Amino acid sequence: MSADIVLWLVQDGITTGAIYALLALALLLVFAVTRIIFVPQGEFVSYAALSLGMLQTGQTPGTVWVLIAGGAIVAVLEGASALARREPARLARILAVYVAGPLAIAALARWGAAHALGLWAQMAIVAALVVPLGPLLYRIAYRPLADASVLVLFIVSMAAHYVLSGLGLVIFGGEGLRTNPISEARFDVGVLKIGAQSVWVAGASLVCMIALWLFFEHTLVGKALRATAINRVGARLAGIPAGLTGSIAFVLAAAIGAASGVLISPIATIYYDSGLMISLKGFVGAILGGMASYPLAALGALGVGLIESFSSFWASALKETIVFTLIIPVLLWRSLASRHPAVEDEEE
Amino acid sequence: MSRLLEVDDLRVRYGKVHALHGVSLRVERGTIVTVIGPNGAGKTTLLGAVMGLLASSGTIRYDGADIGALPVESRVAAGLCLVPERRELFGELTVEDNLRLGAFQRVRRGERGAANELGEVYARFPRLKERRAQLAATLSGGERQMLALGRALMAKPRLLMLDEPSLGLAPRIVRDILRIIAELRETGVSILLVEQNARAALGIADRGYVLETGEVVLSGSAAELAGNPRVAESYLGLAGDRDQGTGDRAQKNPKPETRGQERVK
Ligand SMILES: Nc1ncnc2c1ncn2[C@@H]1O[C@H](COP(=O)(O)OP(=O)(O)OP(=O)(O)O)[C@@H](O)[C@H]1O
Ligand SMILES: [Mg+2]
Repeated sequence: MSADIVLWLVQDGITTGAIYALLALALLLVFAVTRIIFVPQGEFVSYAALSLGMLQTGQTPGTVWVLIAGGAIVAVLEGASALARREPARLARILAVYVAGPLAIAALARWGAAHALGLWAQMAIVAALVVPLGPLLYRIAYRPLADASVLVLFIVSMAAHYVLSGLGLVIFGGEGLRTNPISEARFDVGVLKIGAQSVWVAGASLVCMIALWLFFEHTLVGKALRATAINRVGARLAGIPAGLTGSIAFVLAAAIGAASGVLISPIATIYYDSGLMISLKGFVGAILGGMASYPLAALGALGVGLIESFSSFWASALKETIVFTLIIPVLLWRSLASRHPAVEDEEE
Repeated sequence: MSRLLEVDDLRVRYGKVHALHGVSLRVERGTIVTVIGPNGAGKTTLLGAVMGLLASSGTIRYDGADIGALPVESRVAAGLCLVPERRELFGELTVEDNLRLGAFQRVRRGERGAANELGEVYARFPRLKERRAQLAATLSGGERQMLALGRALMAKPRLLMLDEPSLGLAPRIVRDILRIIAELRETGVSILLVEQNARAALGIADRGYVLETGEVVLSGSAAELAGNPRVAESYLGLAGDRDQGTGDRAQKNPKPETRGQERVK
């Protein structure tokens, strides 16, 4: 194996690793704030990638139907609770947010598909389509169960994953799509030819991470999310609404998912069910990082990207096996290394 | 309507264990009401149920409205705050962040006063100002207690519920904390105080309730309770063995001459 192959594999590994790192952060964030193991994280990735692909081929992304339907379900739920609490004045706002909002976004997507827009405008439309799915999903599937155990929430996650990937098959079909890269340019760095897309991926991931850090360190809402993760009872006593922090965590998770999908779609062909595999690798990264620290989770995910890249060179057929087998020794080592009783499972 | 809090027939159970069997209690505006009782009597459970942390049956009326169905955060927004027995601070956040988060809802509602409040809390607890950049987990026990109280004050409570604010504190700090509680009453905050230190609690309270095994066995003005021989014996450590824990059921066989004075109303 020559040096330029090694460099090439490293570059490839860092590119995919950066995307896994974003997903690892999203999974960790959602878990810390809500105790949900967020299996459907990957669906945001595939929805975003395929929506972008459809826009680029001049079709209205099927995502609009999921958005409209999700909005309608939430409108019914919220409307019923507003009526039960005898606050009919809230109905107008509920209709505006959950019915008119999705319809407006759908109209925008339809218009966007009919016109040959620039890539950035298309990405903005994809974000408008996919990001609201996060809080809608939270409201429908998880918020009614806010006090359930981790296991129950995980089962709900599995169900949500199957529903969303099933819907994905219906609205996108079984064929994969690949989108246009942000830039076709290639830079020569020594022996290495670096694709501009790789630079974009790494750069965009870095920007997302810095933005997350700023959010958590320097805004009251960001600190409220951290507080909820640190001490759930304390957060409730401080008057931080659990529904609000949960929704925000899901907005962030969906936004990160959408960004990952848009970034990965020019590099890899994405199918309706590709999301699970991609986000699982982010999950492996988060586990390698101990499921506790954001920087470690990002590093772990980067490691997963590198290992995957090298194992696909040596043993292409086994690359998934190698990546997932990695968890076993790490978990073993962690359970041996931690002398104190297992991480407290704060189930009230 | 001068009653800020009216609790009627409150019942709580943990699985099959009944922790409160029909507790009723009143807090008038601008007063300090204390609940005393032995370990395991259900004092913490009572506060948890009023705050909405625990499921309960019975009615809880606050400021004239039934709040039994409201989630905790709505009760906080209405001015009902709890400083819990376990403090429940945000250990990996700084002292100042802990305090700021106490005013979370007020900031979100766009209230102006939240920043002034921080100044007031610092004026009340200069120690917290010195430690503003320190992580809450590294504070001493007394400092934690100050922080827990400060965080609750940031929400501008109208009814402040305190669960054993003197727990594990040096006598001088206990005095400080009690003085602050009495000062809060002067600013119009009503207080529901749970204390092991019955003497100190009755010293500043207007009224008191004695809770034993999930039931109110005595209630009355603080002076009446302090003068009640049974309270004196079991909770003030006057008669009998001074080292006797408050949890001991000495009152199970009260001296005959105290019998007639039970259940002072
Ligand atoms: N989570 C729980 N599960 C089961 N039983 C509980 C639980 N919490 C409290 N209890 C029981 O309920 C009863 C009342 O407890 P509580 O904490 O309210 O007492 P307390 O009066 O605050 O006591 P202390 O003075 O020791 O703080 C106790 O017998 C306790 O063992
Ligand atoms: Mg207690």
